[in-house]
Amino acid sequence: MYSDNILGFETIEKNLKAMAFKRLIYSFISILAILFLLSSGLTIAEENNAGSFQRGLSKFFDYPVDLFKEAFESGWRWYAYVFKYLPDLISTINMAFFSTLFGAIFALLLSLFASKNLIKNQYIVTLSRRSMDILRSFPELVIAMIFLYLMGKSELPAVIAIVIHTAGALGKLFSEAIENADNKPIEGLQSCGASWWQRVRFAVIPQVVPLFISYTLLRLEINVRASTILGFVGAGGIGEALSAVIQFRYGDEIIAIMFLLVITIISLDYFSRFLRGRLIGDNK
Amino acid sequence: MEQVLNQNVIDAVDLKHKKHIRILIITGFVFLVYLIGSILHFDLPNLAKKWNKDRASMFMLDIYAHKDHIKMNWKDPQKIDVRFEGGHRHVYKDDPTWLIRNKNNQSTIVNFDNGGQFVFFPNRVEMRNFPNINEPFIFKLNKNSKPYVDGYVGKESMLPSWMRATENKVEVRPSLYERLQVYGSKVEVHRYELGWKYFWFDFDSPLVGKGFFDAISLMFNENRVDPKISNFNLVVNEFLENEIWHHNTVLFAMVETLLMAILGTLIASMVGLPLAFLAAYNVTPLSSIRFFLRRLFDMLRGIDMLIWSLIFLRAFGPGLFTGIFAIAFTDTGTLGKLMSEAIENTDKKDKEGIQSTGANKVLQHRFGIIPQILPIFISQSLYYLESNTRAAVIIGAMGAGGIGLHFLGALMTGNDFENVAYMAILVLVAVMCIDTMSAKLRRLLIGIEDKK
Repeated sequence: MYSDNILGFETIEKNLKAMAFKRLIYSFISILAILFLLSSGLTIAEENNAGSFQRGLSKFFDYPVDLFKEAFESGWRWYAYVFKYLPDLISTINMAFFSTLFGAIFALLLSLFASKNLIKNQYIVTLSRRSMDILRSFPELVIAMIFLYLMGKSELPAVIAIVIHTAGALGKLFSEAIENADNKPIEGLQSCGASWWQRVRFAVIPQVVPLFISYTLLRLEINVRASTILGFVGAGGIGEALSAVIQFRYGDEIIAIMFLLVITIISLDYFSRFLRGRLIGDNK
Repeated sequence: MEQVLNQNVIDAVDLKHKKHIRILIITGFVFLVYLIGSILHFDLPNLAKKWNKDRASMFMLDIYAHKDHIKMNWKDPQKIDVRFEGGHRHVYKDDPTWLIRNKNNQSTIVNFDNGGQFVFFPNRVEMRNFPNINEPFIFKLNKNSKPYVDGYVGKESMLPSWMRATENKVEVRPSLYERLQVYGSKVEVHRYELGWKYFWFDFDSPLVGKGFFDAISLMFNENRVDPKISNFNLVVNEFLENEIWHHNTVLFAMVETLLMAILGTLIASMVGLPLAFLAAYNVTPLSSIRFFLRRLFDMLRGIDMLIWSLIFLRAFGPGLFTGIFAIAFTDTGTLGKLMSEAIENTDKKDKEGIQSTGANKVLQHRFGIIPQILPIFISQSLYYLESNTRAAVIIGAMGAGGIGLHFLGALMTGNDFENVAYMAILVLVAVMCIDTMSAKLRRLLIGIEDKK
């Protein structure tokens, strides 16, 4: 009866083959494009690099080996260096923590205005989204360098730079979390005549708070790295100490600082994963 | 019975609620104390005082305006020259329309758009006709070749706030756009105008003064400006070899930075994916390999991009390789870890279905696992591409080259702020372009179900 509508096996096979062929062509083209990009990019890199690739490869282990040798030679003194730079590390972490907290507060405010299900005015939503995009797009370093130039060397420019970037980056994630929140509790409260703030407080916040905290923890991790780098250009903390010992070529102290940094980053990683796992309830 | 139960439930809920509130208040309080303490520690209340106001206003002004320097030496008052931004090689051949030389009484008048004038005489400089300034000020040199304001010797405190007289210098700034500096040896006037002058074509170019659209139409004009080369080439060459804006170097540096990000991410994802397979328990039965790879990922990720770039900087010197490898090494760790987790979370049934047809191990992974992880792989790679574009700028500034280093250089010179702004805008545009492109690509490759 429906034989007209049902495709014969031959047609299905033909379609399938055509589709497979099309896919094959697409994959082939994209692989070619990637290979072309790689080869041409590496050629440009080779041409414009100060040293050649081969020489660099042969020298790759020289520097780390030198550093480790020096650290080994300094013996017991090396452990003292680790403690010597601990206050710098704490100041860097504090810088990151404070700016993450401050940035998260700004992000929270911005994200409320960037969520379609909370604000009905399309212009406000678009405006706050665009402003978050701009805040997010500048690398922290660019903002920090300008503020460092204008305000002199201190931790404050780095804090401002990280706060700006964090507000943009977290704001986007926050607003997405709010928009993905279940609408039913909001509607339920609305049907009882709840005000805007009551709807936000009792229907939206309980749904999104775990997500918010988990995003903020991830940001904290990123910001610790960022504040180290900003220290490197003059914002204090362990980054500045690192840049100083690199200039003086104190191999043992360089290793001590790198050791501190790596330990910090790895333990922060594990700590934040543990906390996030507990908050969201899965172990990702 | 029911009543009692209800009462118990209510009490329990009440208790829990109270406990909850108490915890909330305590954490809130702790955070508040921390916030206040840190605000004091980082000295946020004194934010306004920390600004170097002169620098900040110069910076802001230089970003959207350009200036011409008019200089007169007291020893040779007839030779007054006008230079663009005070550059040694940028002396105007013809006087601009706002500069009038009067041969009769040997004076030279610099006109401003608001009607004000600075008039150079061989022995003095006069200030006339500025709006809201009724008194004509006259600046002269005394016997010891020190500058002074006529009529205000010894009464410097009575000068208006926009004028500052010290022993060796008198500085006059009626508004942001006019500035006069009188020294013992010379007088210098800065005349500001809005806009980025010579952005398209520089001072000595045959196309000087042409705007963007003029240049475009000239490109396709048959009548050659320079008989030796075609107009198209001429326009492109003159644009790139702009000596004031250095389009050539800046744009190439931007390309370098983008290449760093793209190649670094590409290498990371190409190396990271196979390693991720080897690190997943449902693919690799050998736990020793898995353990080794897991620790490798942790190490690559834990040694921060900063440290990697320092190590590579020593080996490869400043250049693209440093950036590419610093990004590739860090992200191989991150992507490897993420992807191995994704592979472990794949649905077993797909693979078993393929297995039931008698396919070998490789085919099982190809058709049982890869289709499941491909969307995650693509979206994660693209996400890292976005963040690496920013990272490449940062690594560049620390020595790897690219736009980051140029940005730092322009900022450190202390007077090329328009170039700083130009590069900042370029970075902003590039980052936004990459963001939009990767979002588009993601939607194209994975479909609409992935909203992020």
